[in-house]
Amino acid sequence: MIIQHPDLGPRDSSEFVYKGDAALLFRPKRTENNDQKIFHDYLYLRNNPAGKHCELWYHEYGDRSWLVVTRDTTTHEILKVEHVTDYIKSCKAK
Amino acid sequence: MHRTKSGGLINRKEVLNFSFNGKNLKGFEGDTLSSALLGNGVHLVGRSFKYHRPRGIFTSGSEEPSALVQLDEKKFTEPNIRATTVKLFDGLVANSQNYFGSLSWDFMRTNDYLSTFLSAGFYYKTFMWPKAFWEKVYEPIIRNAAGLGKLSKEPDPSIYDKGFLHCDLLVIGAGPSGLYSALMAARTGSKVIIVDEDFTLGGSLNGEKLEINGGLCTDWLRTILSELTSFKNVRLMPKTTLYGSFDHGIYGALEIRNYNSRDNLKKPRHILWKIYSKFSVLCTGALERSILFENNDLPGIMLSKSMRHYCNRWGVIPGQHISIYTNNDDGWETAKDLKEAGCNVICIIDQRPDINPPIKNIDYVLGRKIAKAYGNLRISSIKLDNGKIIKTDCLAVSGGFNPNLHLTCHQRGRPKWNELNHCFIPNNPPKNMSVIGAANGIFNYQDIFKDSKIKLTKILQNLGHKKISIEEVKISNRVYKVSPFPKNIPEGKVWVDLQNDVTVKDIKLAVHEGFHSVELLKRYTTLGMATDQGKNSNVLGLSILSVIKNKPMDEVGTTIFRPPFTPVPIGAFAGRSRGKHFKPFRLTPSHHWAKSNNAVFVEAGNWLRAQWFPLKGEKTWRESVDREVIQTRTNVGICDVTTLGKIDIKGKDAGAFLNFVYANNFGKLPLGKVRYGLMLRDDGIAFDDGTTARFSENHFVMTTTTANAVTVFRHLEFCKQCLNPDWDVHLISTTDHWAQFAVAGPKSRKLLQEICDPKIDISNDKFPFMACGEINVLKGIPARLFRISFSGELAYEIAIPRRYADFFIKEISEIGKKYNLVPYGTEALGVMRIEKGHAAGNELNGQTTANNLGLGKMVSKLNDCIGNTMSEREELNKENTLKLVGFIPTNKNQSLVAGSHFIEKGQTENLENDQGWMSSVAFSPMLKHSIGLGYIIRGNQRYGEKVHAVNPLRKEIIEVEIHSPHFYDPEGELLRG
Repeated sequence: MIIQHPDLGPRDSSEFVYKGDAALLFRPKRTENNDQKIFHDYLYLRNNPAGKHCELWYHEYGDRSWLVVTRDTTTHEILKVEHVTDYIKSCKAK
Repeated sequence: MHRTKSGGLINRKEVLNFSFNGKNLKGFEGDTLSSALLGNGVHLVGRSFKYHRPRGIFTSGSEEPSALVQLDEKKFTEPNIRATTVKLFDGLVANSQNYFGSLSWDFMRTNDYLSTFLSAGFYYKTFMWPKAFWEKVYEPIIRNAAGLGKLSKEPDPSIYDKGFLHCDLLVIGAGPSGLYSALMAARTGSKVIIVDEDFTLGGSLNGEKLEINGGLCTDWLRTILSELTSFKNVRLMPKTTLYGSFDHGIYGALEIRNYNSRDNLKKPRHILWKIYSKFSVLCTGALERSILFENNDLPGIMLSKSMRHYCNRWGVIPGQHISIYTNNDDGWETAKDLKEAGCNVICIIDQRPDINPPIKNIDYVLGRKIAKAYGNLRISSIKLDNGKIIKTDCLAVSGGFNPNLHLTCHQRGRPKWNELNHCFIPNNPPKNMSVIGAANGIFNYQDIFKDSKIKLTKILQNLGHKKISIEEVKISNRVYKVSPFPKNIPEGKVWVDLQNDVTVKDIKLAVHEGFHSVELLKRYTTLGMATDQGKNSNVLGLSILSVIKNKPMDEVGTTIFRPPFTPVPIGAFAGRSRGKHFKPFRLTPSHHWAKSNNAVFVEAGNWLRAQWFPLKGEKTWRESVDREVIQTRTNVGICDVTTLGKIDIKGKDAGAFLNFVYANNFGKLPLGKVRYGLMLRDDGIAFDDGTTARFSENHFVMTTTTANAVTVFRHLEFCKQCLNPDWDVHLISTTDHWAQFAVAGPKSRKLLQEICDPKIDISNDKFPFMACGEINVLKGIPARLFRISFSGELAYEIAIPRRYADFFIKEISEIGKKYNLVPYGTEALGVMRIEKGHAAGNELNGQTTANNLGLGKMVSKLNDCIGNTMSEREELNKENTLKLVGFIPTNKNQSLVAGSHFIEKGQTENLENDQGWMSSVAFSPMLKHSIGLGYIIRGNQRYGEKVHAVNPLRKEIIEVEIHSPHFYDPEGELLRG
């Protein structure tokens, strides 16, 4: 697979480490009453879509940036690659 | 009498000697092994997979199902090599596979007479009972009797390499459409790669007598190849099979550099290429298929186009009385060329009743079928469906063509049925791949060139080229008309898949037993499996299924193809990554010094670390390790600990960041101090531990364990970039930049004082336990000094820029002589940390919590940090939770074993009574007996209690006493002194 790095152009996927669903970006904060339920949901509940999936890739053998890759899980087509900060901004704008 | 006098692409002046089944034979430069065998009149080359039927050479290409040989001998041997793809070389040795006795008198041929019992699903049905027989009786017999070639079971002496290539256009197949496309692209300056599995580029043109632009097609071929060779932007890759199409225009290719490793030991046998392309064109042509009739697998029966190519390209006269069986026009081309070459073609049988025979000077029969072939080790005659017998020693069969579309399926493309040419054609190939010519179901040469031009123009425009020039090509016209598959099923032993010995009867049986779908049929009968992947047989099998189910072909459907297109040796995938080079080694800064001091090394991740340093006269590793421990604990020892991960953390929010990533508090760590830190995962399980030192308000230096150096850094980057992107924190890994040594033992301070800048005071008052500072040593080498102890002794860790490490270790060893300084390795390091009760990788195994480790109180209750909320889960904090404690054997002479499980005395040794496990053990030279660390239920409340450490693997039960994990200096007086 080839990932279009927003700064470095096309890079082979072997330079990256995969982490998983970009939902991991939205970690809850510890609450006053130490609510474990929200952490349970954050850690263990994931969508597994057949199709568009936003996921985290780390350019470990490159510039060490964490990127959000939007990939179609049925075709492996990569629709978008962005820095996490840009992704978080666009999520918040929605 | 088996070769023409002239013609073809062989050099009759260059004779090559080779041996087949121990017989010395001669061939010519330009031959393949199969053409050389046929040139010697050898048709019988092997025995079939299941029934041990005699088999011959069936094709001239990589799709060959039958002519598989064992190439070379002993450690050089490689099984299942298709004789059709091996370029003949002088000294080649090949042997037949899968026979017992001799090839012409195979003891296992009786399987053929037992075929009634060996039908589809035979294994599934027969070997189910009794169950115990499977492993001991059935499997060894089947493995021995069935199957293909054999491995040498010795290490492969050949070299394999890997390479990477990039291009604008990848041309797959160097036949007419491929070369024409490549030339068009080359002229625009595009970067072009052309791959072809054959050692001579040209594809079908090498074996045809076509006219192009009024001359011979081979002349046109030479012109186009010489122009292509002149371009710097073109790479021609013969002997290179494109075996797989992967995501985003990436292709895998195998280049066969040579099959003769024996004489090329220093050169790669194969090269595995990874090719990155913007666009690709698939110009792989078409594969011929057979026709079904009884005994259609006899040696001497060959596909028609293959026979024509053997004659045209290699000057082979395949038989003395040749007949041809066809259902399309291609059979007639074979007849024409063979006749022209001087072969004795006795008869053409065409299934089609209503055609106008294109040639008249050969006997022909129209509208007839072959009912049965006769012969023992070779075909001797055929019987037509009207009963007529024709004596023949060689039969060419042409059942039409299947586009060679395998690579279009690798991204789930599913071919569709074409009713006009009665074949499957590509449907949805991978993105940016165009399929051209015969591979796309276009069988007329003139149309192939037109197709190439249209598709290439589009691709080149996409690549940004406007001016595209290419000459028109005029080529002799050939009509291709093929009759549809017959609507009846032939009787008798009729072979569909020659490689897997699948007959028409097997397919009937499978359907009868309910395996209707193509996918199930394939798996139940093994149709289309093994090295040829059904290149000849799949569509034939589907045609039978279509008749049985009375459904048209497009409703029957087809299975799809996966990589590899042809087999790729495992050695090619391994490349140079084998043995010592399986992974890279990282050497510690003191490696060369340690080596000169006789160190024994151990692999720790990618690192090679000194394990111990044996002295002359020491016979066992224990002698060395015990000495290193005792000498460190009585004098002073030094150990290279560079492999620990080191991370430099800077920024205004560095303190807050450490509070977040560690479970314990760091924000209030004073300047010039070090603190132990425990890192959790967000699910509350312990992840890693280490120390972090504060050198200034906004500058911290973290160490991680050796094993987790990479993953901790990755995790920290995640915590920074993803979870706290607004924080001012900067991380850099400095593991390789700082050499670090542990200097431990009662005399460590004295030794360090001697190398330290005299202005720096490292007395206990000024530089107490857990102090850190920037100093310089040995007259000006900058260093960082940490007063931390993993051994439990008065100890320091000193970091110096890596480039000074060799000098440093040599100097300090010299200076240390008067203090009896001893170098110690990882083994003594481990013994001392177990004596002291420090957790390491064995304890931080991804299953244990801070609470288990006895560090529960450290975990922050106030701040939000990674893992603290989930570490509070009820299940992880229940009353009878596991606790890390120490163990000593009641009988001090016994040795403890890591991995033993704890069972209360008097209880049965089973899972229900399991109370925990021993994680680390060592012989303590200080206590003079074996000691262990381990997890046991409520361990911290059970000191003095005796339990059994059970090791069912060694059938050993040792009584142990639960002990504090701190065996040595439990009050910690030494390290503070």
